[in-house]
Amino acid sequence: MPDATGLELIARELRETDPDSVLDTIFFRGRATVLINPSAVRSILARLRARGYGFLTSVHGVDYYPEEPRLGVHYELLDMDRADRITVKLRVHTEDARLESVTPDWPSADFQEREVYDMFGVEFSGHPDLRRILMPEDYEGFPQRRDFPVGGEPVLFTYNEALGTAYPE
Amino acid sequence: MEIDRQPLPAGEGDRRLLIERARARDLLRGGVEDEAAFERYVEERVMTTTMERAFAWSRSNSFFPLTFGLACCGIEQMHVVASRMDIARFGFEAFRASPRQADLIILSGRVSIKMAPIIRRLYDQMLEPKWAISMGACCSSMGVFNNYAIVPADKFMPIDVHVPGCPPRPEALMHGILRLRSMVQGDPPPGWRERYGARGTEELLGDAQGEAQDHPSAADIGLPTGGPGDTAGA
Repeated sequence: MPDATGLELIARELRETDPDSVLDTIFFRGRATVLINPSAVRSILARLRARGYGFLTSVHGVDYYPEEPRLGVHYELLDMDRADRITVKLRVHTEDARLESVTPDWPSADFQEREVYDMFGVEFSGHPDLRRILMPEDYEGFPQRRDFPVGGEPVLFTYNEALGTAYPE
Repeated sequence: MEIDRQPLPAGEGDRRLLIERARARDLLRGGVEDEAAFERYVEERVMTTTMERAFAWSRSNSFFPLTFGLACCGIEQMHVVASRMDIARFGFEAFRASPRQADLIILSGRVSIKMAPIIRRLYDQMLEPKWAISMGACCSSMGVFNNYAIVPADKFMPIDVHVPGCPPRPEALMHGILRLRSMVQGDPPPGWRERYGARGTEELLGDAQGEAQDHPSAADIGLPTGGPGDTAGA
């Protein structure tokens, strides 16, 4: 991990070309995180790769409900020569959950961006094959969003036999 | 091994033949001489039944389960076949790899809505007569994974026996298969509630039946009530 000072140096270097690209830096419990502008995701990841972070280990989605913007996408980068990690985070609104795909640069993002699309509904423009990966293709809704009902089936036991199988609200 | 063959003395061969014939008749007829006694003898020793019952008897003693595991219950299902439980004692050990050869499908685990059509196709491919066991809480009553991705087995295929548990022990699955055997044979229920005085222990909450049930105490149903350490009769 870069320490807190190293993180600030990285952030300053990223701001040199595009001052609006880095919104914030977070250093918490030894983990360095850069909070970035969603429109700059490809260029930022390319710059970090040039610094040695050559392996995109994970892309995952978060729902920060009720904060706004709600949906977050996290990119975990690894520098395998120095055993060094950095996290890149960004936020998008649910109404306009669009983001540039990094799959053309990082093939390991392919399935993980599909999963983020499947579970959170973030659309990655430029992805070669963006469709659902876990849920059935005709499934409606994005089940990992916090406002999605947990769902499930009402089960008929002896104790609710008289009540029927209406799902308890 | 050398065998010496020597001619019998004259008359001896006929005598031995008569003895052998008498022995054979004795084996066949048990020593009964007259025809009436022979009829009675046959009636006592030959069992008659219907073709359906004979079929049910042979089917129920040689289920061919499908080699099919869905989740953690599948591990317990494997133990049923292994040496400690050894379902081969009852004749159910021939797990077939093709649904065309199987007549019992054990749904061992949670069924996702994406997997359900595949399971339904497997079940449709099995030849009649066929049975299905829903093993574990997930595909019987949804269990801990009751969420947007899981569907209970009764929603998409007929289930003959539900085995509860999370996961059920191998003994429980074996009990389920033996209950299915009783069902196929058309046996009446074993009536264990009556035998053990277990009336009133059904899973019922008070309001569902209108009034709370009186639960019998251990003394009422004749169970030993000795304190800890009382090992008399153990």
